[in-house]
Amino acid sequence: MNPDASTIAAGAPIQVDLSPIADGQDIKVFWRGKPIYIMHRTKKQIEEARAVPVDNLKDPATDQSRVKDGHDQWLVVIGICTHLGCIPIAHEGNYDGFFCPCHGSQYDSSGRIRQGPAPLNLAVPPYNFVSDTKIQIG
Amino acid sequence: MSGPSDYKPSHPALQWFERRLPIMSLVHSSFVAYPTPRNLNYWWTFGAILSFMLGIQILTGVILAMHYTPNADLAFRSVELIVRDVNYGWLLRNMHAVGASMFFFAVYVHMFRGLYYGSYKEPREVLWILGVIIYLLMMATGFMGYVLPWGQMSFWGATVITNLFSAFPYVGDTIVTLLWGGYSVGNPTLNRFFSLHYLLPFLIAGVVVLHVWALHVAGQNNPDGLDIKTDKDSVPFTPHATIKDMFGVSVFLLLFAWLIFYMPNYLGDADNYIPANPGVTPQHIVPEWYYLPFYAMLRSIPNKLAGVIVMFSSILILVFLPWLDAAKTRSCKYRPLAKQFFWLFVIVCILLGYLGSQPPEGIYVIAGRILTACYFAYFLIVLPLLSVIETPRAMPNSIADAVLARSGKVAAVLVAAVVAGGLFLGSAQSARAEDDTPPAQKWSFSGPFGTYDRGALQRGLKIYKEVCSNCHSLNYVAFRNLADPGGPGYTEAQVAALASEYKIKDGPNDQGEMFERPGRPADYFPAPFPNEQAARAANGGGLPPDLSLITKARSYERGFPYFIFDFFTQFQEQGPNYVSAILQGFEDKPPAGVTIPEGSYYNKYFPGHAIKMPKPLSDGQVQFDDGSPATLPQYAHDVTTFLMWAAEPKMEARKHLGFQVFVILIIFAFLMYFTKKKVWADVH
Repeated sequence: MNPDASTIAAGAPIQVDLSPIADGQDIKVFWRGKPIYIMHRTKKQIEEARAVPVDNLKDPATDQSRVKDGHDQWLVVIGICTHLGCIPIAHEGNYDGFFCPCHGSQYDSSGRIRQGPAPLNLAVPPYNFVSDTKIQIG
Repeated sequence: MSGPSDYKPSHPALQWFERRLPIMSLVHSSFVAYPTPRNLNYWWTFGAILSFMLGIQILTGVILAMHYTPNADLAFRSVELIVRDVNYGWLLRNMHAVGASMFFFAVYVHMFRGLYYGSYKEPREVLWILGVIIYLLMMATGFMGYVLPWGQMSFWGATVITNLFSAFPYVGDTIVTLLWGGYSVGNPTLNRFFSLHYLLPFLIAGVVVLHVWALHVAGQNNPDGLDIKTDKDSVPFTPHATIKDMFGVSVFLLLFAWLIFYMPNYLGDADNYIPANPGVTPQHIVPEWYYLPFYAMLRSIPNKLAGVIVMFSSILILVFLPWLDAAKTRSCKYRPLAKQFFWLFVIVCILLGYLGSQPPEGIYVIAGRILTACYFAYFLIVLPLLSVIETPRAMPNSIADAVLARSGKVAAVLVAAVVAGGLFLGSAQSARAEDDTPPAQKWSFSGPFGTYDRGALQRGLKIYKEVCSNCHSLNYVAFRNLADPGGPGYTEAQVAALASEYKIKDGPNDQGEMFERPGRPADYFPAPFPNEQAARAANGGGLPPDLSLITKARSYERGFPYFIFDFFTQFQEQGPNYVSAILQGFEDKPPAGVTIPEGSYYNKYFPGHAIKMPKPLSDGQVQFDDGSPATLPQYAHDVTTFLMWAAEPKMEARKHLGFQVFVILIIFAFLMYFTKKKVWADVH
């Protein structure tokens, strides 16, 4: 009763071209049925994310651990609230990150939980940069 | 109660059969000669009602399954086609959907009866636990059944509830992947839920057999909690209990019929008339009413795993009830303190249910925590304490001597009144804050005898064709429907002529190419855009929704206590009021201090006020042949009436049959009542 072969094949890695995404913009792609936010962060967002003391976070994680080296402006997170599964809205909330309309969880510009009932940060899917303007998710 | 029967059939052929499979004597000893306490009240008819409802659900479900397609791309449409095209499909669907609610309503009455009269106490502990197992199976069945139509609430309810299992450490994610059959709720999930939804009711039936067997071993409890001692205490099941159950069922059927024929969507959620969209979460995810108290408890606990444990515990605690409440007196009739706490518990459950439907903000969160604590306190503190400190009233010597006593629920009534007042004020407050409630209009189709105004339908069709169809599809309406009874009332010839004006894509031809041909009555109204992306590109990024179900897919809160009055007045026109309000609610300039994004338009009634659709209708835009005024209110009224018909083409047939069924049911209920009185005359 585990996922069958065709479901697993449909979940094969996808490649996404990053060049159309401007500074400060984000897009949503689907992979394995889940929505994935690809956010082109502004300098301000990166600085804000890095200035937060990690120990204060509900789910401690450094911003650096959630992005790829040399590609700090790209945030790739699964857009599913870790509380009960709704899709948070990008560029909303007090932390210029994500806001979940279902029960009010707020994530920052690194996708980390800052306020509200969600227990964990937004998950980072497995991905890597095949070139400077293209990533492969999965 | 159990043991060999002394029933002997008269006919030799039956005697031959009886010797080989003694089913007749089994039925005779269990349901004919079976000694039933003579003091049972009507709360005891709910067992029969539940058996009846299980039968109805299985029967309607099996027939629905002959027409339903359990595939994520086809499920929603297959349900709509059942409602529109299958003979009496609308009746089957309404019976099954409303039947689930009625099944849960009956099971809650049945369970509360058990709590009040101590039906879980010695020697009925196993009977009670079998009942809890049936209840759990019912909850699983109901949950999976709700996913099957594959609407927005089906999909997102499935997402939230399956995600709960990820709370368990180590095994959580494996369980969730197994439930999903993939990486998220999707087609494999739907397929396996359909398979299990078909299976579980038969497991329920099996446990029900065990439940009735356990009941017959111990004998039925009764309102006085006394055992049957002599023949004077009991009456034979047939005809006494049989006729009383039939009367109970006939009254229950009246309530059932009221919902099926006149308010089929009252207990449902408008969002489930929107096809499932994994990319868009509805504003409020709300389960069906029978899960609301547990949903409230889940959301009260800030920790994810603790919330799941609390929610499951709230049902599992019932299993331990016979040992938590060790009082020797069974019935609350003779337990003055336990009686008060019972009614408080009932109010706690109802309030938890109400909270489950509200967004978890502000005072609702605090109230939820307090009420969850009260719920558990009843089982863990109150009942064990009462079994030690309470002095029960003197009980009669036997059932035959029992006399009905007065009950004192003063405290509980006061609490109920205070709470009701508080809820009313609470909803009045929130209503005043946002008065963008669409104004209530008069509709020809409202009320038990409402019909569609043919003129309005025909004018509405004209408006759709000339204006709306440029952007909005009407995928579930075929040209032939325009000639169906209860609709705009065109003739077959008019429909054929109308259809032939359209160009429909067909093919491939023998050369392998697609081609265009004139429309035929069997074709559906063609969509203005070939796919979602083309629709968005032509409409500034917004997607014009399909209009076939729009008047059922939109609604607004009525607040407490109006939603209770609505049940009796049959008010269900929120959708049409909303659509009509949107069409007339455009304003050239937003009010002072309000800004809306570029490319949007200000609309008074659209949630958030910024709608991507420009004002579609203005005075004089569409001319009518019948001389009706060419004004915006007229357009809004006519096109909304047309869209209501598009969403509910069988409404007139439904109300017509409903009236006939009601007349017959009322006559039947009267007949059952007088027969019951006659049968019981010698007993009273």
